[in-house]
Amino acid sequence: MTVWVEADLCNGCRRCLKACPYGAIEFSGEKASVLERCTSCGACIEVCRQSAMKSDIRPRSVPDFSDRKGIWVFAEQRNGQLAHGALELLGKARQLAAELGEDVCALLLGHGVSQLAETLIRYGARTVYLAEHEALADYRTLPYTDVLEDLIERHRPGILLMSATHIGRDLAPRLSRRVGAGLTADCTDLEVDPDEKILLQTRPAFGGNVMATIVNRYSRPQMATVRPGVMEAHQRPGNEGRVVTTPVSIHEKSIAAKLLGAVREKKDAVKLCEAKVIVAGGRGVGDAGGFRVLEELAEIVNGAVAGTRVAVEEGWISADRQVGQTGQSVRPELYIACGISGAIQHRAGMLNSRYVVAINKDPRAPIFQVADWGIRGDLREVVPELVRQLKSEVRQA
Amino acid sequence: MDIVVLIKQVPDSSEVKLDPKTGHLLREGIGAIMNPDDRHALEAAVRLKEAHGGRIVVLSMGPAQAIDVVSEAIGMGADEAVLLSDSAFAGADTWATSSTLGKAIEKIGKYDLIICGRQAIDGDTAQIGPQVAEYLGLPQVTYVFDIEAVTDGTVVVKKRLEDGYEKVQCDLPALLTVIAEVNRTRYPAIGNLIDACGEQAPITIWNAADIGVMTCDVGLAGSLTHVIRTFAPKGGRQTQMLEGDTGTVVRTLLEKLRENHLVLTDSGVLSAECREGKLS
Repeated sequence: MTVWVEADLCNGCRRCLKACPYGAIEFSGEKASVLERCTSCGACIEVCRQSAMKSDIRPRSVPDFSDRKGIWVFAEQRNGQLAHGALELLGKARQLAAELGEDVCALLLGHGVSQLAETLIRYGARTVYLAEHEALADYRTLPYTDVLEDLIERHRPGILLMSATHIGRDLAPRLSRRVGAGLTADCTDLEVDPDEKILLQTRPAFGGNVMATIVNRYSRPQMATVRPGVMEAHQRPGNEGRVVTTPVSIHEKSIAAKLLGAVREKKDAVKLCEAKVIVAGGRGVGDAGGFRVLEELAEIVNGAVAGTRVAVEEGWISADRQVGQTGQSVRPELYIACGISGAIQHRAGMLNSRYVVAINKDPRAPIFQVADWGIRGDLREVVPELVRQLKSEVRQA
Repeated sequence: MDIVVLIKQVPDSSEVKLDPKTGHLLREGIGAIMNPDDRHALEAAVRLKEAHGGRIVVLSMGPAQAIDVVSEAIGMGADEAVLLSDSAFAGADTWATSSTLGKAIEKIGKYDLIICGRQAIDGDTAQIGPQVAEYLGLPQVTYVFDIEAVTDGTVVVKKRLEDGYEKVQCDLPALLTVIAEVNRTRYPAIGNLIDACGEQAPITIWNAADIGVMTCDVGLAGSLTHVIRTFAPKGGRQTQMLEGDTGTVVRTLLEKLRENHLVLTDSGVLSAECREGKLS
């Protein structure tokens, strides 16, 4: 499979250059040429108005998926608690459903979890498929995959969304391979293509330096995992939904994995994904002691403290508080970045914050590019002053 | 204990950037390394081999230059390496990649354990491990940070969760994906490295025909998902730098927050007024 340019036909318009997702087209003079890294994806052929891009790729036919309807959300729960990401997905699913004219279903698996169905309906599910069984009490890959496979085969959804949690990232690829569906990981944006009516899945690649939009034309359901914290959950008090109990038969023997024990490590009071205010620190904080003043500020505004990868690696703050590409994505009302230079990997995790304040000594720190308000200064002076003024305001009030 | 380790060659660090004018990836001058999680997977395999004996086969898919990481793996203690290299494999998504790797593992044949890194730094998908496990019909444990024991046809591991961990016993053969926490990796032994680069190096290169796959089932042609657009992430807010001494800038900041309905109160949360502001 190759793509090449008929130089006589090429008029140098450079449409192909813009269309190539792989940077595999070069212009020497006014003529395009195809580089070795070309993957024969055909994007250039579609945009060329001169028919100068030629290839020996046989066009692939898109199967008829007109019977695949419905937007499904995997309602992850652990110990009877719904993951917040599942509610966020319902919010997004309703928006997609409105554009596609389809319904939103939630998939609830577990043991003794039926009471959660009500919450799922309140957050937008029109149907909750409930599968309860002792063997589903704790998440395990194979029984969960079996149950979901069965549901997909019977009800044939068009889209299936999961949170990109540890469970979601274990289950989604397993299930995608099982049901023959393409899967896009860790999406940060989902839209419907207005013409093709397919899901446009946008995700960061190369450590967040590049965003890529990916489609799933050749298989159903269109599967995607979504980073928790990126979408918004919305309560819909008037929403009406039904619960459909689905029969489950699992033989414990067929499950190759046995859970021997689970340990929950202590969590701070305010979860990052739910915090309205996040006070985050980076290299500039200097040491673990430096985080104490950040904690003080967070406490005053009932916020949460977070850190960059550097702060985690230095041991100033625990890994479950890391914001960024390899940590969590957050969307608080206010994100106060203290002593954070703003590497692209960190910015990827906090770009969706409503307002951003950056405090940094270096006026050229890239964090200022994504801040609404910037303070050039030493956080060890600015943050205590902020604490002081907030405290005195409270006293006056 | 025969182990297959999956490794990938990736661009060094996350220094990849987009040309702001053309939107193209700028790849020039970026080196290639063994994916960090995969290095830990290999280290885990070498330690198991040291404790239980057996053989380690390293499997990678990539262009011809991926031979570098495969040689390095021999240097770290793998007995044999297979590199899947064919222009037909190019542009593969995780579906096509897992088919290709799965086919190759079937050809390798004998294994008790397959170990891979949780995810590669160039794609961050974490999909290959579970998809290969499903392809081969093996149980999987992901996010493994401790391999405690291998006994009586089972492996006992600890897997990381967001807020703790689980201890899992899993029947062999199985596939594990590991995270960096699982071990500290060693440097390749010089003697091994020299062997790995010699003519007798235990490295085999297989193409599509060697593993018996049709070219329409691999690479871009065999992929179910396709990239239709790449672009630079949006940055840019209208940044306003606040000027003055510390007391002044903090006062100005609090005023700005109030103007935008962000009121920081003693009960902490933002006031109802600001919630409405947010929803507007």
